[in-house]
Amino acid sequence: MAAAPKNHDNLPGGILGKAIIWVDDRFPLLENWKAHLSEYYAPKNFNFWYYFGSLAMLVLVLQIVTGIFLTMNYKPDAALAFASVEYIMRDVPWGWLIRYMHSTGASMFFVVVYLHMFRGLMYGSYRKPRELIWIFGCLIYLTLMAEAFFGYLLPWGQMSYWGAQVIINLFATVPFIGEDLAVWIRGDYNVGDATLNRFFAFHVIALPLVLLGLVAAHILALHEVGSNNPDGVEIKKNKDPKTGTPLDGIPFHPYYTVKDIVGVVVFLMIFTVIVFFMPEMGGYFLEYNNFIPADPLKTPEHIAPVWYFTPFYAMLRAVPSMFGSQFPGVAVMGAATLILFALPWLDRGKVKSIRYRGPVYKAWLWAFVVSFLILGYLGVVPTTVWGQLPKGLPLLGGMDTATLVARLLTIVYFLFFLLMPWYTKNDKELPEPERVTS
Amino acid sequence: MKKNFFAHLIGAALLALPLVGAAAGGAGIKLDSAPVNLKDKASLQRGAKTFVNYCLNCHQASMMRYSRLTDLELTEQQIKDNLMFATDKIGDTMTTSLSSKDAKAWFGGVPPDLSVIARSRGADWLYTFLRSYYRDDKSPTGWNNRAFPAVGMPHVLHELQGAQAWQQVGEKKGHGGAMEPVMKLVLTQPGAMKPVEYDQFVGDLVNYLVFMGEPAAAKRTQLGVLVLFFLTLMLVVAMLLKKEYWKDVK
Amino acid sequence: MSAIVEEGVDPKKRRLLTIATAAVGAAGAASVAVPFLFSMKPSARALAAGAAVEVDLSLLEPGQQITVEWRGAPVWVLHRTQDMLTQLAKNDGFLADPASGSSKQPEYAKNAHRSRDPKYLVVKGVCTHLGCSPTKRSEIGAAAGDLGADWPGGYFCPCHQSKFDLSGRVFKGMPAPTNLEIPPYAIAGTRLVVGDDKA
Repeated sequence: MAAAPKNHDNLPGGILGKAIIWVDDRFPLLENWKAHLSEYYAPKNFNFWYYFGSLAMLVLVLQIVTGIFLTMNYKPDAALAFASVEYIMRDVPWGWLIRYMHSTGASMFFVVVYLHMFRGLMYGSYRKPRELIWIFGCLIYLTLMAEAFFGYLLPWGQMSYWGAQVIINLFATVPFIGEDLAVWIRGDYNVGDATLNRFFAFHVIALPLVLLGLVAAHILALHEVGSNNPDGVEIKKNKDPKTGTPLDGIPFHPYYTVKDIVGVVVFLMIFTVIVFFMPEMGGYFLEYNNFIPADPLKTPEHIAPVWYFTPFYAMLRAVPSMFGSQFPGVAVMGAATLILFALPWLDRGKVKSIRYRGPVYKAWLWAFVVSFLILGYLGVVPTTVWGQLPKGLPLLGGMDTATLVARLLTIVYFLFFLLMPWYTKNDKELPEPERVTS
Repeated sequence: MKKNFFAHLIGAALLALPLVGAAAGGAGIKLDSAPVNLKDKASLQRGAKTFVNYCLNCHQASMMRYSRLTDLELTEQQIKDNLMFATDKIGDTMTTSLSSKDAKAWFGGVPPDLSVIARSRGADWLYTFLRSYYRDDKSPTGWNNRAFPAVGMPHVLHELQGAQAWQQVGEKKGHGGAMEPVMKLVLTQPGAMKPVEYDQFVGDLVNYLVFMGEPAAAKRTQLGVLVLFFLTLMLVVAMLLKKEYWKDVK
Repeated sequence: MSAIVEEGVDPKKRRLLTIATAAVGAAGAASVAVPFLFSMKPSARALAAGAAVEVDLSLLEPGQQITVEWRGAPVWVLHRTQDMLTQLAKNDGFLADPASGSSKQPEYAKNAHRSRDPKYLVVKGVCTHLGCSPTKRSEIGAAAGDLGADWPGGYFCPCHQSKFDLSGRVFKGMPAPTNLEIPPYAIAGTRLVVGDDKA
């Protein structure tokens, strides 16, 4: 049966219009344009926090493009890698700019993604019917961490080397199979050429493909159920009886495209300031020790992971070894990322948005955010940073103060999730409005 | 209200990060601030001369090409005549003829490549290090260093600086109330240069090392201003466009 | 009531602002593309490796040819004997481009012997047909065997059998369209610099 003829009114005239019709007769061009842009109705009350989704897309594209150009000159070979990065920085025309864009982009990716996730947390964007969006998002986050980890080995500096060494040894703590597992990951008895070569393969092709697939799934799922908003009310509940479109919704294009352009430009200004004036970002985006070639015989004095991993690293250090094994710390660190997946089913609140939540939830969210930030700080400094507890204290005497704080905050981090079913259920929430507020 | 508070919180956290870094990196002695100025081409030229004369005999800068010195407003002929001793090809990198075997025999290790030394150590550390050598009979070279205890490198510049000693110059009240010695580097045997001259000499060298660590740095900051200017223009246009369309949203 | 109320809209203003934003954005995208495209040009290392090459001509016996690498391609330096030069003058009638009118060479090599100094031929050893490197076959006549009794000495490309004389000029009816390319070079005394005609 022949499909109904497509509606081709309101198209530009001339060659352009004809070209669009030609393609649309053979490909669902206008259908997708409408479904995802011009007739995708988004709530009209998006605020500051809603810029980070489109910004994450922008950074993804930036990383892929700069990454492609870096692979044209980078050599995934333990004997050549460090020098090839400096070759890019010096000998390749504009290589320094491409490399700085990529290194800055890596950190900014996490800045944007963390803010994006926090937005989801604040406004309950993970709640029914958006559980799957949240799960795809968590998978994106995990993939991104793996992507960053693999990429961090490639410059083959001291931090690259010892960072990989430490993380791979986490796997060695897995009971029974750990040692063999670590050797299998490295492809050698120590981090070496084989490790670098396979990490390169993962970083430039395997994980980017996974990431692209997950991002597509994330957006398709979002456009299936529609966007949440700062009020947490469903705009699809109130539709215009004549047009059938949500009363509080506005077409994504042109309204949010023009708004996101503003967000993109502001973001690019911040990005530019970092790339051109402070690419090392005080040693956080590019670490000083990573300008020393990898030396398997000598660990740098001060070693900490890149900043976006530090909250989890602080948790790892905070957990004491038990039964002669480091595994509990590793398990806690893994659980800290995996517990995010359960969020949609832990939250029993009747409202979604922080605006109508009760005081108990607000307090817990605060505690969670503060814990995460302080853990992030503790992950970059030595555990001795706050000195030791007085010797006389029972049980805890002589312990590093920072370790104790990290333990307590790790507990807070987990309690935020584990107690959520109770404190969200019994909280004194405000009534949710029928329609979105401004 | 609430959302602004969160925004401020995160902004403040991001701003605080570099400060943490500075605190975390600075172990050991207090560092003197190096007079780095990449716009001072005369200083960079003097530093380059010092570098090829004093450092390049043992250290390499294997990622730095002689031709890149044209960035210091030198012509290729000037570079060939005054700064190239190891090769006659301007496109070559600054390598040394010292073999790593000899190096291990003489210094106990291969002297590090200095291409990016200013990026790993920092200018202030280098500036302090090169001015902190002192006589130490217990060390195999006869020299020790306040910034780098038990350093393998002898004081190559001692004819210029002279010899310092790590000496007690007085006493002060310590934490517990007991008197503690106040130690200081004291010039015990003058060199060919006055201390002020030597500081400037080392300052030029460090300036050059910073340049060599990232030859594109000067161009980078220049271009950054242009890009920001362009983005500001784009921001104005984009905001006007957004405002125009959002008039419709009731 | 819907959230979108288009009243009092000035479509001209909208179109103008849209075009302005698109134009600025396009200019930005184009400027970003420049460093990426330029990064694919030869790097400082490639430029350094492609720098001029020096040859000491005093080591070259008459009749001897050496090959030097310049920019990754072979460049032949042939010390031509008087016999060779005499033979070259007789080749004109058999050549596709005897005066090198449609061939590539610096102005100072656009002459009968295609060189600065008649004695020394400096030529890129890359066939102008499809880029193979021809073989030197300087023996004359029957001594050349497979090339026939009237072979005047020259170069023979193994890929598609193009023939050139000892000035790198192509014979008539060959696959190669033009004479072999002469690179820029300079001679000062016994010092030959390939790749730079001012040195």
